[in-house]
Amino acid sequence: MTLRTIKTALAATAILGCAFTGMTMADPVDEPMVIDGQNITIRAPAPEFLKGVLPEVLSGWLYRDEDTRKMELDDFDNPGIIYADRARDQWEVVDGTEGKACVSCHESPEAMKGLRAVTPRVDPDSGKLMNIEAYVNKCRTERMGAEAWGDKSDHMMDMLALISLQSRGEIINVAMDGAAAPFWEKGKEIYYTRYGLLELSCANCHEQNNGKYIRSDHLSQGQTNGFPVYRLKDTKITSAQGRFVGCVRDTRAETFKIGSDEFNALELYVATRGNGLAVEGVSVRH
Amino acid sequence: MKRQIVLGMIISAFSAGVAMAEVAPESVAYTDGAVAQSLTGTAGNPEEGRKAMVDRGLGNCVACHKAEMLKDQPFPGDVGPTLDGAGDRWTEEQLRGIVANAKMTFDGTVMPAFYKNSGYIRPGDGYTGKAAKEPIAPILSAQQVEDVVSYLMTFKE
Repeated sequence: MTLRTIKTALAATAILGCAFTGMTMADPVDEPMVIDGQNITIRAPAPEFLKGVLPEVLSGWLYRDEDTRKMELDDFDNPGIIYADRARDQWEVVDGTEGKACVSCHESPEAMKGLRAVTPRVDPDSGKLMNIEAYVNKCRTERMGAEAWGDKSDHMMDMLALISLQSRGEIINVAMDGAAAPFWEKGKEIYYTRYGLLELSCANCHEQNNGKYIRSDHLSQGQTNGFPVYRLKDTKITSAQGRFVGCVRDTRAETFKIGSDEFNALELYVATRGNGLAVEGVSVRH
Repeated sequence: MKRQIVLGMIISAFSAGVAMAEVAPESVAYTDGAVAQSLTGTAGNPEEGRKAMVDRGLGNCVACHKAEMLKDQPFPGDVGPTLDGAGDRWTEEQLRGIVANAKMTFDGTVMPAFYKNSGYIRPGDGYTGKAAKEPIAPILSAQQVEDVVSYLMTFKE
């Protein structure tokens, strides 16, 4: 290393240092989230495996502007709630060869309380990694004799919203050990892999640079506790894996498919990074 | 004297040859991160460089960098350092290396390599989410790199 390179490296460090100081100006807000009188945990100590990486875990809600934040605080203003309401009607609709509806086995959607806080998880019977969408389609194909819903179909998004909403406020506690361990390891590897022509990993933006801006996008920690999310720029709700597709695509990469082994593993891993945060139900972001 | 003239003629001929042949991404020679030789032999055009820096489909530098020279661009990002004074802090050779592949100067940097066409993981076809078609074109052409470098050289404090 020549003297000149050392000097320029030092200069670069100084510049980076300034940039990091500047980061504090773009810090997320420090506000509570209270919906219908219920306090939702959106700031928590980081899970053990993230000690030294993130001091605490923060919901993406804290990184959004005031108007967007407000929309989520009132279910009448939150456009995502409409999707859950539609699923409440669907809950009663008989479909498939067995003449069954959701209500035939599960009574009310409230029976789903808690599920969103512990999924994705490995199904003890089949050994398969299951998220809510996978459970819904398992029910439809195996119990109802009905066709599986598409990953991004209206029916699936509605049902995801309704089931998720039943766990609003519950603390996320997704297992990463035992049967989940190999999936978690795979998800972690994907999280740190730099994909595409832009060679960006999830970590490059959401771990190393959260709080900073890429153009007008305020980079959050990429937590999934708010999903499904109503995205104002899309004017519709999106699942966590639906968002993964968008993120990976924006690195100029060939994406993985929704429901692929890769995204299932990544969804599990990212969920565990948010262990300690609460399920928001259907969140609002821009 | 005669000998020097002949040598001069050889060098001129060599330079002319270089001017015609573009340096392919895989042939770029990095020395401590810097690239001494022009990628095209044609001087960069600062105006074209500015276009490449603000175009979302090209350099899109403003996605991550602020600069006084680019203050007409709304919502510049701040993931990277400000570019103010880049032309004072760096030589043309160093800037060429940083724009072509910043990882050769800053190990592990988040900054994408703009003149590279191999070694990617799941390269995509633009922003379609589909697999890239071979051969993969670098994000910027050789001349666009020269253009960006020439514009950056005007970023003085």
